[in-house]
Amino acid sequence: MAADKSVFLIGQGVNSPWYVGNTAHGLLKRFGPKRVIDTPVSENAMTGAAVGAAIAGMRAVVVHPRVDFMLYAMDPIINEAANWHYMSGGNGNVPVVIWGIINRGGEQAAQHSQALHATFAHIPGLKVVMPSTPYDAKGLMVAAIRDPNPVVFMDDRWLYRDEASVPEKIYEVPIGKAALRSRGTDITIVACSYLAREAVKAAQELKKFKISAEVVDLRTIKPLDKAAILRSARKTGRLLIADGGWRSFGVSAEILAVVAEAGIKFKAPPVRLALPDCPAPASISLEKAYYIHGADIVKAVRRLLS
Amino acid sequence: MHSHKKIFLSALLLTMHRIRECEESLVEPINKGEVRTPCHLYTGQEAVAAGVIACLTDKDYVFGTHRSHGHYIAKGGGMRRMMAEIFCRETGCAKGRGGSMHLIAAEKGMMGAAPIVGGTIPLALGAALSSHIRGEKRVAAAFFGDGATGEGGLYESMSFAALRNLPLIFICENNLYATHMPIRECRNSENISRIAKPFNIKSWRVDGNDVLKVYEAAKSAVALCRAGKGPAFIECLTYRYKGHVGPDDAVQGIHTDIRPPAELKRWLKKDPIARFERFLVFKKVITPAELEKLRRKAEAEVADAIAFARKSPRPDPRHLEKYVCK
Repeated sequence: MAADKSVFLIGQGVNSPWYVGNTAHGLLKRFGPKRVIDTPVSENAMTGAAVGAAIAGMRAVVVHPRVDFMLYAMDPIINEAANWHYMSGGNGNVPVVIWGIINRGGEQAAQHSQALHATFAHIPGLKVVMPSTPYDAKGLMVAAIRDPNPVVFMDDRWLYRDEASVPEKIYEVPIGKAALRSRGTDITIVACSYLAREAVKAAQELKKFKISAEVVDLRTIKPLDKAAILRSARKTGRLLIADGGWRSFGVSAEILAVVAEAGIKFKAPPVRLALPDCPAPASISLEKAYYIHGADIVKAVRRLLS
Repeated sequence: MHSHKKIFLSALLLTMHRIRECEESLVEPINKGEVRTPCHLYTGQEAVAAGVIACLTDKDYVFGTHRSHGHYIAKGGGMRRMMAEIFCRETGCAKGRGGSMHLIAAEKGMMGAAPIVGGTIPLALGAALSSHIRGEKRVAAAFFGDGATGEGGLYESMSFAALRNLPLIFICENNLYATHMPIRECRNSENISRIAKPFNIKSWRVDGNDVLKVYEAAKSAVALCRAGKGPAFIECLTYRYKGHVGPDDAVQGIHTDIRPPAELKRWLKKDPIARFERFLVFKKVITPAELEKLRRKAEAEVADAIAFARKSPRPDPRHLEKYVCK
């Protein structure tokens, strides 16, 4: 925002940590209410406005404090933003970042829980990024803002307490490039967002059981870094996918399609860990059965290798 | 009365003729199947586009709908590029990727058009917001029909535009029908301009077939917006002569236009072009010979554009995925 006057932030709760954590801390004071716009509850029009402002020369960042609220904005995101460059024959483009925060658990239930990255990844014309580290959160947000296309930036509230030093200067993490978090020989774990962080922890834990796990943190869902996935899968011959979306018709299905099309020979059938095809429950007893964490990855890997 | 210059009045009339000639010239190609992209013809509504857009500059933003041939022409988009797009050629303004419902001439401020009813209203809101953030005097205009008054996004946009005094002009072209639905089956009041009142938005309700009345309302609306006192809302009462889509609403050979023929006859008597021409001749601003010259000029331009479109190549299928991302 300091480097480029055309960048502005709009969305519900940008001035409240209750909505966006500390992600917009101090921005209003520094840049003023014209460029840090806290909005009424009008997701359709506010997202459409971000899209329209981007068409009219701004670099807009529209934030939805919960992915669940983005559903009101599907029309401007998909029908307008995603299609705009194509249906104008390249004569118009939409440099907008559509930032959705996955915010779940705590017995919040079905409408305060959804992770819809696969839904957006399915749409031609959209890019979808999901950082799992503080370094990538900054780098991917910068890359997303600079990208001339609409980018869905989806981060996870369960990562908001993670702290690390990041460079003060502006830097980019390239969109479309996965990160190898650990090198291994026994199995490839492909994961994204919160589960990428959990996979890193799981890989550490798995060393105790003499299992050498290679963790591929996707960072970008669309375009998928197929080369990184295939390289690792060929190397280890075993694959586990850990995704925070629902099991069916999602990221894990796409990755399995990619490795199947490439004809990779596996030592054991690939396994996917994802949410069951079920809305998020409230009660903590059900949440424990529903959500996936590092321990589940460890268990699944051990089972695959036994 | 207003003392408009002849040059201004002639330009208004020429715009209307260009739109009329364009829409009329598409009837045969559509009926023959040569033009396939769904054309929602603007015939009969010319005064709205001409009157409103005469108040805008190239730097002002227009967002349109499925029925935007008139908006595109009035805003200064090239006739050849438009026809080529309607014929879905590579030389079209959207390189044959958009068709009739996605005309664009961004260098002239015709930022785009799209058929999702009400979908471009928030986009226009955003363009107005961008002008506001940059401290400019540019205004944005959102065109939509009576049907769009059923969409929630319109009210969200009015509320926010009013809250922030954004330079956005809402232009409702009320032609009494939302596809096949008469207005009285969509809402319990035929007065659409009243929807602006709860938001304290200055509104006008004008005879949309009187180009000078449209112009006067739009001029005031634009001045309001440039002074930072926007938004504004103009309801233009008008009528489309042709079908919702195509020259005639016929589905599988069955004529499905539910509008009473007597109604169309009544509106034809209020034709915006004929009325304006009678006015200009009566006021001795233009001679009938000059009027005919203007019409022929429009006719020639359209004929040239269609010839250009017919000669142009269709997009190469090898480039199917070329514009997915920039």
